[in-house]
Amino acid sequence: MQVLGIYYYWVFAILLMIGFYAVIAKLNLVKKLIGLTLFQAAVFLLYIAMGKVEGGTAPIYGASAAVFSSPLPQVLILTAIVVGISTTALGLGIVVRIKEEYGSIQEDEIQEIDRR
Amino acid sequence: MSPLAAQMPALQVVVPMLMAPFVLLLPKGLSWAAAAAASLLAFGIAAQLAATVIDSGPVAYQMGSWPAPYGIELGVDALGALLLVVVTGASSLALVGGRASLAAAVTEEREHYFYAAWLLALAGLAGIAVSADAFNIFVFMEISSLASYVLVAGGPDRRALPAVFKYLMMGTVGATFYLIGIGLIYMATGTLNLADMDLRIAGVADKEPILAAAGFITVGLALKAAIFPLHVWLPNAYTYAPHIATAFLAACATKVSLYVLLRFDFFVFQQNLSGHALQFSAYLMPLAILGILVGSGVAMFERNVKRLLAFSSVAQIGYIMLGASLVSIGGLTAATLHMFNHALAKGGLFLAIAALAPVAAGLRLKDMGGMARRAPWTFAAFVVAGLSLIGVPGTAGFVSKWYLISAAMELGAPGIALIGVMVLGSLMAVVYVWRIVESACFGKPPENAAQAAAVPRPLGAAIWAAALANVYFGIAPGLPLRLSSSAAASLLGHVPT
Repeated sequence: MQVLGIYYYWVFAILLMIGFYAVIAKLNLVKKLIGLTLFQAAVFLLYIAMGKVEGGTAPIYGASAAVFSSPLPQVLILTAIVVGISTTALGLGIVVRIKEEYGSIQEDEIQEIDRR
Repeated sequence: MSPLAAQMPALQVVVPMLMAPFVLLLPKGLSWAAAAAASLLAFGIAAQLAATVIDSGPVAYQMGSWPAPYGIELGVDALGALLLVVVTGASSLALVGGRASLAAAVTEEREHYFYAAWLLALAGLAGIAVSADAFNIFVFMEISSLASYVLVAGGPDRRALPAVFKYLMMGTVGATFYLIGIGLIYMATGTLNLADMDLRIAGVADKEPILAAAGFITVGLALKAAIFPLHVWLPNAYTYAPHIATAFLAACATKVSLYVLLRFDFFVFQQNLSGHALQFSAYLMPLAILGILVGSGVAMFERNVKRLLAFSSVAQIGYIMLGASLVSIGGLTAATLHMFNHALAKGGLFLAIAALAPVAAGLRLKDMGGMARRAPWTFAAFVVAGLSLIGVPGTAGFVSKWYLISAAMELGAPGIALIGVMVLGSLMAVVYVWRIVESACFGKPPENAAQAAAVPRPLGAAIWAAALANVYFGIAPGLPLRLSSSAAASLLGHVPT
């Protein structure tokens, strides 16, 4: 079961594509941002999944277990999560400003207003 | 080396990054001065690093004295040094000259936030150039991007908001693609250090994930670098940003992404993936050619001066990529040299726009009417930078195009077609620069034009400094040329790095 055995990578790929679809196809700016968040979360899962070693424990010095999971991907993703949160927060801030200025958060309506 | 000099690569990032929160704490009147001082200091550090690199080769720095690849390594080589000079130089010139223009664009109570964001953008861009670690590059890329979204949206024009939203979306998708690529490489090699990656990929048996990683990284960075057809975020973001912020970002933001692209494709992938050079050229050369032709073509018919220059940037990125896609010493020398020269020309042009905009009533071409009489000195500098953009002999733009043409000549017959594209692109540049000049010299001033507002002295000085640098590096291109040819040599692996 080579294909099902790596189900976590399938979750990554499917989640990535759902997020990417929302980013491209949705006209509502908040929905776009939700898509972007999913898109980033998928990549976090990719990293977390790769760091896990079957049967491994946390790498604590002096522990008796012989098999350790790699801690580095988790540390990297901690940073990436912070980056993701900042991006989402800034994005939402921009959406609030857009709503104030244009009275809409629909991309097509905003383009219509700008064209006038 | 003195103890302080040894810390230069770290200080390059630390100085602007630490100054950013200080700007928020200082009394509001001082925020501009603090930002400008930090930027000038960073420029001094960059110049010092460039001098060290020219004298004694690449500088390596182990963060916290942990040896690479376990510790985080900073490294400045010729390419990085060139980039650092461009980034810090553009920031300093724009800040020193831009106080009055920024005061008009950013309200007083938000000014210190704006300058803090500026310093963070500077720290991020400089961080990318000094970093020798793939994940650090990602973090610095996001710091600089988030800060530059703030810079773009900082002005009074509400159209900047949808533009910056698009920029944020595409920028984040690009950065996330890059992150996926790094993840795939890390899975195969277990390292994030670029030099170590290069060594370990060679030992990886199954190269397919690496190939996928190369694809993700190249496309992600192409998005960030606004390589045609992934440039759609660029024109509006540049058009509606505060003029001085445009001058800073247009001069260096996309070039830094191009730098990471070159680093990855040549340092890490080139020797390790079979047929990589061919894939790289086959993918990027058509895009570069289309970028030159479409970018210049749109610029010829554009009515807004800032958007015209933004589309010209898309074309100039095409020239840089065209040089890189030749995958030869000559091509890469031309590409890196053009990064430097285009930053000079475009930075100068956008600074001049910042000076001309308050004099003109707007930024449409017809608003420029009579500008040659209303602001003769500034407009003269604009023309000098415009000539450099076209590539007229005696200006910096000519030198890099000359190198690009000689690199294309090495190819023989197909090179002639490439030269044709370059000449056509330059002729189109003549057309779009001429449209501005024509309007400024022969057009009538619009009736609602402001009465001859004086150009602030520091801004005038900054514009002329940029214009004269265009001429100076056109006549004596020795310094950037030495850096870019040694960058090209090390990119292609002809000398040990």
